[in-house]
Order: sequence, then structure tokens, then C-alpha cells
Amino acid sequence: MLIQSLCLIFGFLALGDLVSFVFGLPIPGNVIGMMLLTVSLCRGWVDVKSVKPAADLLVQNMAFFFVPPGVGLLLYLDLLAREWFPLVVAYVVSTVVVLVVVGWVMQKMERS
Amino acid sequence: MAFFTSKAFSVFITFLAFYGAQRLYLRFKYFWLNPVLLAILGLMAFLRLTGLRYEDYFQGGQIISFFLGPAVVALGVPLYLQMEEIRKRGRAIGVSIGVAAVVGVLSAAGTAALLGASGPVVASLAPKSVTTPIAMGIAEKIGGIPPLTAAIVIATGILGAVIGPGVLRLCGVRQPVAFGLAMGAASHGIGTARAVEEGEAQGAAGGLAICLNGIATAVVTPLLMKLVMLWVRHP
Repeated sequence: MLIQSLCLIFGFLALGDLVSFVFGLPIPGNVIGMMLLTVSLCRGWVDVKSVKPAADLLVQNMAFFFVPPGVGLLLYLDLLAREWFPLVVAYVVSTVVVLVVVGWVMQKMERS
Repeated sequence: MAFFTSKAFSVFITFLAFYGAQRLYLRFKYFWLNPVLLAILGLMAFLRLTGLRYEDYFQGGQIISFFLGPAVVALGVPLYLQMEEIRKRGRAIGVSIGVAAVVGVLSAAGTAALLGASGPVVASLAPKSVTTPIAMGIAEKIGGIPPLTAAIVIATGILGAVIGPGVLRLCGVRQPVAFGLAMGAASHGIGTARAVEEGEAQGAAGGLAICLNGIATAVVTPLLMKLVMLWVRHP
């Protein structure tokens, strides 16, 4: 079961990479793979039970996979020291703006 | 010594650091004790203290980070399981997420550009509201620095989780789906974990926002960055 689901997940990943490459898209292949998998599930081309074992394993432990690249921040500490001010202001401003705008738009549209 | 630069050793210390961080988080349950952040800081300190090079560590580390790709594909499953909800509120969700992606990229990258940040830093900030693996993929495509993006994304998640509920209440956003969608769209998984505490509808909406905002941001960012880069002083 796990092997079958891994086969499907990696199949969609490879397909997504192929589509991204062939059409020269600026969208990462894994995002295209996710979209293709979702469409295939909706259309009933793929049964959700056949992908779930690997999908659950990957999604539930996703945080672990970005630890090694995160450690790579070590190489950019001088950049961080130089540009911390615009970085911090931009991320705080943007987080608040997105929260307010999305919450407000969704609430307005739900009422109308 | 060759042992400390072997792939097996790198993989082992990564598992060990994350396991330790997870234990610590489960013991105390503070938001800022985010296990990913703790594991990253712990490994950074370890490499610094031992003098091991990041390049050597990453030989093994990339075996782990390779699984980010299939993990993003796997997000298609929770997205599919939420399809019923999307169909029911299709237009409202579509508009909200479209706005989230555009406003998120423009406010983050635009603010940094106006404050004089360099090109790579601006590009690293652009995808800051979406889930880390997608954000890193986007950053790579638009000339950002993926590790910097990872750090910003985690910081955004923690900030959103801490201030999000208060900010939303202050702005009169009380409707459960709007609350959850805003938390997920602004601060991905970490914000959604906080939204879950408010209720099931909030949590489900947050999970939905993670997937949809990831897709929308991946689509709009390359275009919007062309615009933002016009303001960057040192590209």
C-alpha cells in the first residue's frame, strides 16, 4: 500500500517537473504536481485511498524536511545583520495586512 | 574526520535535533518554541561550535530536504478532501485567496524594496505567507535565497499565530470561516494550528487557505516581482 501510494506521489511530482520544464513555467514543478493530483482525485482518475498512506506520512512530517535548508541561513548571517531592518518591518507589516484584508474580504462576501 | 562529514552523521544529527526540539515543544507548548525553529538554531549552533562546514552537512541534509517536493504534491490530498467546502463557498474563497496572494506579495516585497533592501532579500520576502516548501520553491525561481525564505516564513507563522486572533477581533472579523481563512492565508501551518484551537470550522478553513494560497502565490509572484523590482535600488 505504501509503495503504491509513493509511486503515485512521485509520479505526479515527476509529471509536474516535466510540465514546468517543457512549458518553461516559473511555477515550481511540485506545485503543478499538487494541482494535477487534486484534479485527478476530483475526476476520479485516482482513488484517494491509494495515495493516502504516503500522503499522510509526508504531510504530517513536512516540517522536518525543511530543517536542513533552514540551517543554511548560517551562510547568510552577514546579509541578515546588514538588512535586518527592512526585513523585519516588511514581514510584520505584510503579516498584519494579509490577516486584515483576507478576514475582511471573506466576511463581507459571506454576508452578501 | 571523515565520520563527521558523512551523510549518515548529517542525517542522524538532523533527526536528533528535531526529535529533541519536538520533545521540548510537547513538554512546554509555547508558540515560540516552534520545533523547526529550535532544531534549526540547535544545528546552527552545533555546526558553529564544531567548525563543521555547512556544505559538508548539506551533503546528507539534502537527502532529507529532497522530500519537500513529494510533500508538496501530497498536499493535494487534504485539498481534495476540502473540495465540498470550496464548491459551497466558491466565489468568496476564490476572491479572498486571490486578494491574499496579490496583497501578500506586494506588501512584503514592496515594503522591503521601498526601505532599500537588496534584490535577493526582496525576492526572499515575496512568498513569506505561504507554507515553507512552496515558498522556498518560489524563492528559488525568482532569485531569492531559499534558506532566508524558510526563516522568514517560520517567523511569519509564529507572528501570525501570536497576534492574529487579536488583530482579527479588533477588526471585527468574527465569522469562523473568515477567521480561519485569514489565519491560514497569512501564516500557513503555524497560524492554522492556532486557528484549530478556536474551532473545527476555523481549522478546516485554515488548512484550505494553506493549499490554495500556495498555488495562487506560486502563480502570481513571478509577474508581480517584475513590478516590485522596478523599486529596488540595488538589484
